[in-house]
Amino acid sequence: MKLTKLLMAIAIVSTVSFVSCGPKDADIQTAVQAKINAMPDMVKGATVEVKDGVATLSGECKDEMCKAECEKAAKEVKGVKSVVSNFTIAAPPPPPPAPVVITADDPLTKGVTDATKDFPGVTATVNDGVVSVTGEISKANWKKLKMALDGLRPKKVDGSGLTIK
Amino acid sequence: MALQDKYKELTDAATAAGISDLQVREQDNVLYIDGTAPSGAVKDQLWNIYEKIDPNFLAGDVVMNVNVNVAATVSKVKVTTESSNLNIRKGPGTDQPIVGKAAHGEIITLISQSTPQWWLVRTDDNEEGYAYAQYLTPEA
Repeated sequence: MKLTKLLMAIAIVSTVSFVSCGPKDADIQTAVQAKINAMPDMVKGATVEVKDGVATLSGECKDEMCKAECEKAAKEVKGVKSVVSNFTIAAPPPPPPAPVVITADDPLTKGVTDATKDFPGVTATVNDGVVSVTGEISKANWKKLKMALDGLRPKKVDGSGLTIK
Repeated sequence: MALQDKYKELTDAATAAGISDLQVREQDNVLYIDGTAPSGAVKDQLWNIYEKIDPNFLAGDVVMNVNVNVAATVSKVKVTTESSNLNIRKGPGTDQPIVGKAAHGEIITLISQSTPQWWLVRTDDNEEGYAYAQYLTPEA
């Protein structure tokens, strides 16, 4: 009889103490982390720390909405008293690069004439931005000429008709 | 993206060498590399890497438009032709009349860089006009 009472007392005391403490910080931390991890593509490198029921969240959210969602999800976890959000917002993706501007054929032809003037063995023609070079040229001069032609912003420099001496 | 892989060493070097306003774009099977090099040596380095990947520059899959940054303080340029005199013309183009000549090795005054190809210069004889920039090297 005495033993039964004692056991009951122990049971009551332990229950009361369990309720008063609530779930352990470590357990809360696991639960919050699991919830955040369940939202893939939203947070990069999310970490959760819980101390005395206060959950501190950090990581990089893709946007403000994601940040709010994560904070809400963390608050809903049993045992979380409050949430401190240290989330950063990811920088927006860079704009797509501007298309390459190709010099129009008329100014390009003029530039090609200027560039090839000192290389008498070669002939260059321009068609729709493509500079086609034919003839004979030394390797060193071809490098110089290619530098000059590339500087004119052509669509392409086609030297397949060249003989490199 | 295949071209970006082929020329990765080149574009990586361009990034590492501090090419300003660097743009690497692939369009219609040509890789366009644009930017401004801090020095002529950096531009040469990039062209040497390009040459290593495409030894005769015949693949026709790269247009590398890298100019050399010339500081605003530079006012003197050296005529670096092979050996001949450099024509100074009335306007920017080989179709323009010749108004003067600068000797190989001569140091002349740079007035402005009108275009990447044609710079406005003046000789000590007060001949003023446009010369092809490829044959002019800025004096430090």
